[in-house]
Amino acid sequence: MTVRASKLTRQRVRAAWVFLAPMLIVLALVAGWPLLSTFSYSFTDKTLTADSETRFVGVSNYVFYGPNLNDWDDELDGYFIVYEPDDALLVYRPDTDTFYDLDTDQPYADNVDRSQIFEWQGLLVDGLWWKSVWNTTAFAVISVALELILGMAVALILNANMPGRSVMRAAVLIPWAIPTIVSAQMWGWMLNDQYGVINEVFLGLGFIEDRLAYTANPLLALPSVIAVDVWKTTPFMSLLILAALQLLPGECYEAARVDGVHPIKVFVKITLPLIRPALMVAVIFRSLDALRIFDLIYVLTSNTRDTMSMSVYARQQLVDFQNVGYGSAASTTLFLIITSFTVVYIALGRVNFGGER
Amino acid sequence: MADVTLRNIHKSFGELEIIKGVDLDVTDNEFVVFVGPSGCGKSTLLRLIAGLEDITAGDLSIDGQVVNDLPPAQRGIAMVFQSYALYPHMTVQENMAFGLKLAKESRQSIDQKVGDAARILQLEELLKRKPKELSGGQRQRVAIGRAIVRNPKVFLFDEPLSNLDAALRVQMRIEIARLHEDLNATMIYVTHDQIEAMTLADKIVVLNAGVVEQVGSPLELYHHPHNLFVAGFIGSPKMNFMTTSVTGVSGDSATVSLPGGAAITVPVQGGRLKAGDDVTLGIRPEHMMEGGGGDAQMPGSVFVVERLGGETYLYVRGGTDDLITLQAGGDSTAKSGDTVSIGIAASTCHLFDADGIAVSRIERHPLADVGRGKGPGSRAETPAEAG
Repeated sequence: MTVRASKLTRQRVRAAWVFLAPMLIVLALVAGWPLLSTFSYSFTDKTLTADSETRFVGVSNYVFYGPNLNDWDDELDGYFIVYEPDDALLVYRPDTDTFYDLDTDQPYADNVDRSQIFEWQGLLVDGLWWKSVWNTTAFAVISVALELILGMAVALILNANMPGRSVMRAAVLIPWAIPTIVSAQMWGWMLNDQYGVINEVFLGLGFIEDRLAYTANPLLALPSVIAVDVWKTTPFMSLLILAALQLLPGECYEAARVDGVHPIKVFVKITLPLIRPALMVAVIFRSLDALRIFDLIYVLTSNTRDTMSMSVYARQQLVDFQNVGYGSAASTTLFLIITSFTVVYIALGRVNFGGER
Repeated sequence: MADVTLRNIHKSFGELEIIKGVDLDVTDNEFVVFVGPSGCGKSTLLRLIAGLEDITAGDLSIDGQVVNDLPPAQRGIAMVFQSYALYPHMTVQENMAFGLKLAKESRQSIDQKVGDAARILQLEELLKRKPKELSGGQRQRVAIGRAIVRNPKVFLFDEPLSNLDAALRVQMRIEIARLHEDLNATMIYVTHDQIEAMTLADKIVVLNAGVVEQVGSPLELYHHPHNLFVAGFIGSPKMNFMTTSVTGVSGDSATVSLPGGAAITVPVQGGRLKAGDDVTLGIRPEHMMEGGGGDAQMPGSVFVVERLGGETYLYVRGGTDDLITLQAGGDSTAKSGDTVSIGIAASTCHLFDADGIAVSRIERHPLADVGRGKGPGSRAETPAEAG
């Protein structure tokens, strides 16, 4: 027998739904709908061309074995193929899996060597995509690691009792407060190979003998982008860590002093375990940001292969090449990668967003 | 176990002087309680002994060695903090073993010490728990256990019971007293609770505004307070004070007038007083008698009645600035507005001169110099009353 909820309980549940509804509706509109649209576009050959017809193409945007997708011709209702061994013009229609002669529209008599025509295509076999995945991963891992270490150091310094501490805290935040587009452009000029101040300083100090093109040199582009990101985002990391440090119980440290624990041991055995929950949350915030990095890379290095991130790749497909379907497939894959990273991270790290210890 | 000696200890934070020259001898195996109102410097004094604060001036020795410049860990002390200061991410066992492990003690010796401490404190069942899974009293026992395993020369307690509820506080108070007997250790204990001070201490140090007002056994402070501050601070409800003047003196008494016209002759060493001096007469509420009696009476009208069951407190208006508090029997029928006659026995009166210093009583209270009766260390020192 089920117990009917009391009138008061039902009233509370109803009130909760009333309060939640606006947020749920807005979320569905601004997050749910675009996400679902992108997901569904990724199974079509939609483009930005106004008069083109959109077809459902299954998973072809992700992976496809067949003739070159760009050779599809709506009028022929098949792929236009130049078959080089016979020097013949053919049409391949997937629904019947047959080759036709372009002129007669009859099935082509000779045996066609499919390996000459068919190839693996799609996002998952695109070298540039995997290059961008690799770039993004390298960027995320290195920049978040550096930000964590530097942010921790800054936070520990700011946490110490010293004069002018509040001014220091505000000053440290400035790089984070500047809009990325502004700071990226600023760094772009500073890193410029002709008139950039960085080259001047390094030349003056004797670190380098010739001016370097930091954002154009394939070896230096990614490290440069990482350096700028570390400059920009370390304050955020140190602020989150500082907040955690401020909550630590002071008496524990006095107990450790009475116990005669070495300061390094205190840091490793007491401070680190106690701020671990906050560190985990800080790292996941930063990692999610880093995995979808776009503005900094796009402003500093545009569409260069050497620094192309997943977001830059998706934008190029969507906007520059106007391949909405293919670009959506890239976006969807990016979303899936980030989601699975998050799930694995939370599960393995037992991240506690509640802040309990 | 060891003596602790403080010689002219000063502590300033910038311009602000918190401890203004403290001299104190804590003998081996003694239980000394620092008591005083908030801000009197009692916790600071304890932290100076612990080494958590630097001493500005003066010498502190533990076991004969000057330890001013030694870090806490090398002073042979262990400290129990008000909010326990347990490491939240470690189990009870790890909390107690942490210091020993880092001191590179052998596994066997650590297990031995932690096991012993756990047995003394009845923590054996809880060794695998984290602090957040323990009650307040259990946490404080773990904190004490962490102190015990260090096998210190001196235990320092900083208001260890003030975060516990009243019932638990009584229980832990008894446990700490038992622990002191079991361990035969020198203990220094800070509290603002005078019941803890009276029940635990061999020797109480009353601090006020950074100076020691009086050092003595609990009953010495109660029966022979050195000055107005100690008289008002020890005892609850606090002692009644009446400003009055001397009408006559002899070698072993002083006669003062009472509100309402009567006079009382108090057995004190009146030699240093003379007729006409302003003095303060102090009488504890429990020594005032409802309905007259004693050597003199003063009239008053009852303002408020507080019934506690076992006793009744009458707050009486009787020609003084403050209300006079009178402790009557639990079956007192007095009610607000009644006129009462307050009886006073001369032997229970305290007399303080114009500077607030006590005029010594002729008879020393028989219990004033008796410690808690546990051996040589528990005897209080020779009284140092002015007079």
